[in-house]
Amino acid sequence: MSDLTKLKISEARDGLKEGKFSSRELIAAHLTAMGSAKGMNAFITETLDKAVDGATKSDDRRAKGDVGKLEGIPLAIKDLFCTKGVLTTAGSHILDGFTPQYESTVTTNLWNEGAVMLGKVNLDEFAMGSSNETSFYGNVVNPWRRTTDDQPLVPGGSSGGSASAVASNIAMGATGTDTGGSIRQPAAFTGIVGMKPTYGRCSRWGVVAFASSLDQAGPMTRSVQDAAIMLEAMCGFDPKDSTSVDMAVPNFEAALTGDIRGLKVGIPKEYRLDGISSEISALWEKGIEWLKNAGAEIVDISLPHTKYALPAYYIIAPAEASSNLARYDGVRFGLRVEGESLDDMYSKTRGEGFGEEVKRRLLIGTYALSAGYYDAYYLKAQKVRARIADDFKEAYKSVDVILTPTTPSAAFAFGEKGDDPLEMYLNDVFTVPASLAGLPGISVPAGLSADGLPLGLQILGRPFDEETVLRAAGVLEKAAEFTATPTAWWRG
Amino acid sequence: MGMIIQGATGDWEVVIGLEVHAQVSSNSKLFSGSATEYGADQNTQVSFVDAAMPGMLPVINEMAVEQAVRTGLGLKAKINKYSVFDRKNYFYADLPQGYQISQFLQPIVGEGTMTIELKDGEIREIGITRLHLEQDAGKSIHDQHPSMTLVDLNRSGVALMEIVSEPDLRSPEEAAAYVKKLRSIVRYLGTCDGNMDEGSMRADVNVSVRKFGDELGTRCEMKNLNSMRFIQQAIVYEANRQVDILEAGGKIKQETRLYDSVKGETRSMRSKEEAHDYRYFPDPDLLPLQFDDAYIEKIKADLPELPDEKKARFIKELKISDYDAGVLVAEKEVADFFEVVAKGRDAKLSANWIIGDFFGNLKRTSNTLSNTPVSADSLGALIDLVKDGTISNRTAKEVLEEMFDTGKDAAAIVDEKGLKQVSDTGAIEAAIDTIIAANLDKVEQYRGGKDKLLGFFVGQVMKATGGKANPGVVNQLLKPKLDG
Amino acid sequence: MSLDKNTVAKVANLARIRVEEKDLEPMAAELNAILGWVEQLGEVNTDDVAPMTSVADMQMRWRQDEITDGGYQPEIVANAPSEEEGFFAVPKVIE
Ligand SMILES: [Mg+2]
Ligand SMILES: [Zn+2]
Repeated sequence: MSDLTKLKISEARDGLKEGKFSSRELIAAHLTAMGSAKGMNAFITETLDKAVDGATKSDDRRAKGDVGKLEGIPLAIKDLFCTKGVLTTAGSHILDGFTPQYESTVTTNLWNEGAVMLGKVNLDEFAMGSSNETSFYGNVVNPWRRTTDDQPLVPGGSSGGSASAVASNIAMGATGTDTGGSIRQPAAFTGIVGMKPTYGRCSRWGVVAFASSLDQAGPMTRSVQDAAIMLEAMCGFDPKDSTSVDMAVPNFEAALTGDIRGLKVGIPKEYRLDGISSEISALWEKGIEWLKNAGAEIVDISLPHTKYALPAYYIIAPAEASSNLARYDGVRFGLRVEGESLDDMYSKTRGEGFGEEVKRRLLIGTYALSAGYYDAYYLKAQKVRARIADDFKEAYKSVDVILTPTTPSAAFAFGEKGDDPLEMYLNDVFTVPASLAGLPGISVPAGLSADGLPLGLQILGRPFDEETVLRAAGVLEKAAEFTATPTAWWRG
Repeated sequence: MGMIIQGATGDWEVVIGLEVHAQVSSNSKLFSGSATEYGADQNTQVSFVDAAMPGMLPVINEMAVEQAVRTGLGLKAKINKYSVFDRKNYFYADLPQGYQISQFLQPIVGEGTMTIELKDGEIREIGITRLHLEQDAGKSIHDQHPSMTLVDLNRSGVALMEIVSEPDLRSPEEAAAYVKKLRSIVRYLGTCDGNMDEGSMRADVNVSVRKFGDELGTRCEMKNLNSMRFIQQAIVYEANRQVDILEAGGKIKQETRLYDSVKGETRSMRSKEEAHDYRYFPDPDLLPLQFDDAYIEKIKADLPELPDEKKARFIKELKISDYDAGVLVAEKEVADFFEVVAKGRDAKLSANWIIGDFFGNLKRTSNTLSNTPVSADSLGALIDLVKDGTISNRTAKEVLEEMFDTGKDAAAIVDEKGLKQVSDTGAIEAAIDTIIAANLDKVEQYRGGKDKLLGFFVGQVMKATGGKANPGVVNQLLKPKLDG
Repeated sequence: MSLDKNTVAKVANLARIRVEEKDLEPMAAELNAILGWVEQLGEVNTDDVAPMTSVADMQMRWRQDEITDGGYQPEIVANAPSEEEGFFAVPKVIE
């Protein structure tokens, strides 16, 4: 039997259906891969028993003709999703030992479709980061290496564990969450597909909150088709989330017709940043060419407030986080550092429980909401956000999708962007605007940098028009013919 | 009449504003599906949402919205069709989220008014500033463990209406009258059970003092007072404390003060004071709360008759005195009871019986209206027996006592004890003749102008008939005979 | 707007995050760098702009007033660092 871990979800689905292998065999292959890749530090918790048990049950269901959309498919779950009876950490010391007594809606949906959990994957602490260097459980290493040196590279963040697990064939797919680019950016850095659906498409219930008005779960896979399959299983209306949209879930896979003739593709001039690497610019040009060749119409558009998206994001997200993370106080779950008084206990617990980047953002957020500064910071940022959303609304009057690079550069080495948080924040320059506007976006691996690292292109769409986004992404994927894979150094 | 504190430098006026927290009557909590019933075991009426577990989200209870709108309509207030839930951020052990979901800049209900009636009959109009919906916190228990504070989250997330008054109140009595009236209104509306013992209604009291005609002074707030008595005591203490400071040339510091009901004093809560900055912002887990005119109209259409309107109707249509009407409408249960009794009967007589002997007996037997052994129909039947002359008024009072003690019907008691009064003129006439014959000297005196002796003869006849003679008939027959 | 060491201490207290005295100054510098960068939002004209409330043009759904949750005390306190007979226990608060 060929290496089962190399299969895409769509292929494994066919193989299982045709009885070429069982879910038990499929899971076993992935558990072996997981065992040999510890050096990547992708997993915080490996749930081997659960995986074997899940595979057995899946095979039983299949025998009875009860087959879900992801029947028997091995997935990795970002450790931001609460999983009943399984340690959930959000990559933070402050959630030490926290074992939820409930299961998030998104993972519930996945299990209901027959998926099997391999484990909980690493992430930036509370999803705050773009390089997976802020997890209490250590850095996740990118499976890719430059052809020019052996330096370990970051996988991007915050869904870095998800990205590395999928890129290195440990998991067939993984859940990610995207607040300002946390699915799309690591997908680009690891040469996989990552999709953030429209805000409201996936339920946030049971997902540890970072910034409520931005957080959105999505699939990370090795093909656009897989992303469509997985998204369809994950999303759907949830009455437990007031911001979940009561809308039928389309057959996303069926949207992948390969036909984008007449599709209007917008190219925003404001994304042609100074300092963008020439490789990225060249890739973007190629992307434009590919879509044009497939019959799309290219339209130059303007998103005038693009420049302000990052600063607005870095007020809104920390402000919401400062409130969302107030519940980590050592009273009901997680870490408690004893103190002389209640307040002393709070301060010590939170002082020791949160890492540096989280603390920095909580302080910024607290300050931005505090008396006398609310109007100048938070309110102003929310108004600028409305302007950014209006820019997109205006643009979508003349185009169907927008094509941009996903990131301004390829993956970088650990410590390379260490000292200045602002430099790190710039990683999300192309992903944040759509997050602020709540729009669907996907990153597709589209080429390699000169030193052999994957680069991604991003397609953005109208609210709840994931189908068109996927369709365009499918065409892009086909034209790009991205087949490169990382050399499996971690098995050495 | 407002409260006046006479100081060395002149008279001081007391200015009071109230923030009343009224628990919304609903089965489940404001943003979760767990129960709200009082008195359950610790942490049993708690969902993962109420305990603010990671990833939990709020979903609004439609009943809370409806009750807030209904209360707003009862307070003749402006209903805001668009309102916003905000987070009020602070840390406390019984506040699991680290914030309270409340409404800050855009509450569901805006300005309204309420009238209060004072002892001397004066009617005062009190402005309502706003009403908003918010979550209750849990409960911290400080005295059950030697070194720990214990936290029960059963109350966490229960829906509250915070009803804020204008600083229109001028005395402890007015403040109490305000709370009583508010309680009456929400109970009429069925939007809050008004049970202050169980904490269903608590008041934050803001007190300041000023010389008449001056601008408002600096206020202090006393939180969570849960009885009318404490509210009044706290105001008296606090107003005097402030006057003492001002008279001594000092300044009032705006702060939250704790009222210690044991010591009968207020004191600074420095711990709560430091660095208060609630960092309100719209809750991103929720959308704005919106409804249309039709929604409001629907609630308006089945609003019950409220105490003010009911009182006016009792006075106008049932010719009940202003005072009696006021007593009858104060509690909805009383008004309902009265209306059952008065139906098809003399309303004034019914009112007299309820306010007089019926309430007297309730008190005597340590009962309340909710568990009265004498139903409205039973009381009505008793009144009927008086009205049709079966028993005298005096006998009826005894029968009512008996009814309270035994739970029996008036008719049964009258039968059993043979209390039916005698209206047979023949028998009464015979008794009168006997008594006149035996007291000829007194008859002489009566005829000589000593009118008062009429009472003596009536008494004698009643005695002779074992109290059962119909007093009306006795009078009717006795007078002509005495007059000769 | 520039925040000093004392402001950082105040904000840290509001956020109930212990920051060592020696870390206040560097933290102030970091926060100032971020806030300085954010200042550029001032360039955007936001007169007559309503702050964004939701991505989708949707109304908030209301739940029916039914008891559908709760009644599982053991699960509620299962993760508590300190628990006393079904209560959460915290250092004694003196009012
Ligand atoms: Mg208050
Ligand atoms: Zn309140």
